[in-house]
Amino acid sequence: MLQQFTRAAALAAALAATGAAQAQTVKIAFIDPQSGLMAPVGINILNSWRYIADIANQKNWAGGPKFEIVGFDNKLSPQESLNALKQAIDQGIRYIVQGNGSSVALALQDAVEKHNERNPGKEIVYINYAAVDPDMTNSKCTYWHFRLDANADMKMEALTSFLAKDPKIKSVYLLNQNYSFGQAVAKAAKEYLARKRPDIKIVGEDLHPLAQLKDFAPYVAKIKAAGADTVITGNWGSDLALLIKAGKDAGLNVNYYTYYAGTTGVPTAMGAAGEDRVRFVGYWNANNEKFVGSDIVEGFNKKYKDDYYTMATYTAIAMLSKAFKETKSTDPIKVAAALEGMKVQSLNGEVEMRKQDHQLLQPLYIAKWVKVNGKDVKYDQENTGYGWKTEALLPTYVATQPTSCQMKRPK
Amino acid sequence: MEFFAISLLNGVSYGLLLFMLSSGLTLIFSMMGVLNFAHASFYMLGAYFAYSLGLQVGFFPALLLAPVLVGLVGALVERYGLRAVHKYGHVPELLFTFGLAYLIEESVKVIWGLPAVPFRVPALLDGPLFTLYSTSFPKLRGFMMLVAVAMLLSIYIMLTRTRIGLVIQAALSHPQTVEALGHNVPRVFMLVFGGGCALAGLAGVIGGVAFITEPSMAASVGPIVFVVAVVGGMGSLAGAFLASLLIGVIQTFAIALDWSVAGLMKTFGVAVTEQTPLYSLLKLQLSEVAPVLPYLLLVLMLIFRPKGLLGTRAD
Repeated sequence: MLQQFTRAAALAAALAATGAAQAQTVKIAFIDPQSGLMAPVGINILNSWRYIADIANQKNWAGGPKFEIVGFDNKLSPQESLNALKQAIDQGIRYIVQGNGSSVALALQDAVEKHNERNPGKEIVYINYAAVDPDMTNSKCTYWHFRLDANADMKMEALTSFLAKDPKIKSVYLLNQNYSFGQAVAKAAKEYLARKRPDIKIVGEDLHPLAQLKDFAPYVAKIKAAGADTVITGNWGSDLALLIKAGKDAGLNVNYYTYYAGTTGVPTAMGAAGEDRVRFVGYWNANNEKFVGSDIVEGFNKKYKDDYYTMATYTAIAMLSKAFKETKSTDPIKVAAALEGMKVQSLNGEVEMRKQDHQLLQPLYIAKWVKVNGKDVKYDQENTGYGWKTEALLPTYVATQPTSCQMKRPK
Repeated sequence: MEFFAISLLNGVSYGLLLFMLSSGLTLIFSMMGVLNFAHASFYMLGAYFAYSLGLQVGFFPALLLAPVLVGLVGALVERYGLRAVHKYGHVPELLFTFGLAYLIEESVKVIWGLPAVPFRVPALLDGPLFTLYSTSFPKLRGFMMLVAVAMLLSIYIMLTRTRIGLVIQAALSHPQTVEALGHNVPRVFMLVFGGGCALAGLAGVIGGVAFITEPSMAASVGPIVFVVAVVGGMGSLAGAFLASLLIGVIQTFAIALDWSVAGLMKTFGVAVTEQTPLYSLLKLQLSEVAPVLPYLLLVLMLIFRPKGLLGTRAD
């Protein structure tokens, strides 16, 4: 009996000890696809999070707390994501990150808000590093959601300002994925083009199912028949890779203005066929004006044989570290308050988390797909011998958009 | 005109790939009465085998070897799995293949990993075959059509003109008689199952290299294969051929057409605005619902002509 008691006590003590050790480690749930068509994108980004977390842990960015990234496969489904969120909460995780698919993001944003309302003291912070539906920081903005990517409207503003300067562009085709994000891209493109270049004709517009299509040949035939010289698309992952591949096979001669041509799989699909034709708008690229972040690009490539492109992982870990340090706490309530209005130095300069809507304000780059030349284009992508050449850098004030957010804050 | 011709070519080549995929399923069903839920998994195995073999021996030898290997796996599955559950009837057989599909998918994930593998098009098949007006037609698609047609012809000749084909056909309707004549009927079934799987494997090699080779490729073609088999008529090879082409062409042309109910009403002078009830439904374009059309066809076919286009079974 006594023996049993001491054994139980020893066990309890051991448990308490590991509990104390865990308090020093902040677990972050990564809820994104790790299987299915978008798996390569999800896995690349999971590695990016881990890589940056390792750096932060080594250099002790947070002044004590360590980061640990835990992957949850959401199969790109809102339903699965809610299950993953529940699992993460059950494991005591208080920070979640997600980015692939605004359909998923909207579901998570809503679920996190409800959870936090119903479970005071167990709040969850949701860091959204790539889902860019503008509604999330406008009509549907919430306190516990922080977006580190520029939203679809900000990116379209930058893209159309750049595109408007090319007088050769006469007819544009809009091809997007049929969900909130794709629809937002199409809407913004029409609106901004009408304002900036009313002479440009929208010769066609299509929405296709997200991450299901394998054969884009019919769409390419349609783009061709419409006589477009430019395609604007928010497609990402396999939806963009297969589109460009099909366009290449059919000899489609158009310019692509994209959001995500830098994502896994697309560079390989483009290869030489995309030269001088494909552009993307984003918050950073490896061949930026001063090659900021080259040590990370090289280290990541060495470790994972893959490209680092989700720079928001850097911004996120830097911001969380700063918040942990400032508040001397990892409590989500304090950390969320510290994140509001926070300014940090990221790889694209100083960025600011706007207090009003929790939208990160940062500069935007437009880059073109060209051959690596060792000068301004040093890093290639997916060993294709081609990389991104920075064509334009839009400073933060240009890339910023007003918000209509009326946020409900916790008392 | 250019658009019509290219879309037709796209539709037909996609349809032919569908046929390659579903012919094995139809064959197995008509010969053995087994509805093979794992059929699409053998398609996936074909792609992965060809990818791995291709790294060693090159694409074209892999194109031949991979289906053979898939056929062997299929034969083993029949010999040591299906045959054991056969005596309990068709439902256990169905459940068996259902479980097998998951097993294969998980094995593929374990062996080759979750992301897509870089299955590259061989240089010989990369590039345009011919240029129609100003659109080029890729060699790979031409090759896809060629393989499908060659496959159709060889199955047809084998089943109707060769001794083994006659034995297979006879074993289907009169197994006892065939057995009494000294033929090994279980082995014939093993051959048919293996052969059907090999056909799926062949389709997998082509589909994998033309599109993408990843663990969910089986799940994404699984349903459409059944649509083809049902619409064509269970067990009818010619029906499957017809249904594949039909579905390929319908899907391709549906994408091309921006028709919607709202547009139709407009031509009759009825204005549709955002205030109109059911606006979101009315403005749906045909191109947006294209992926659902095959399943609509499936449902309609089952209601109005349950035996399918060329099916002979009424049950």
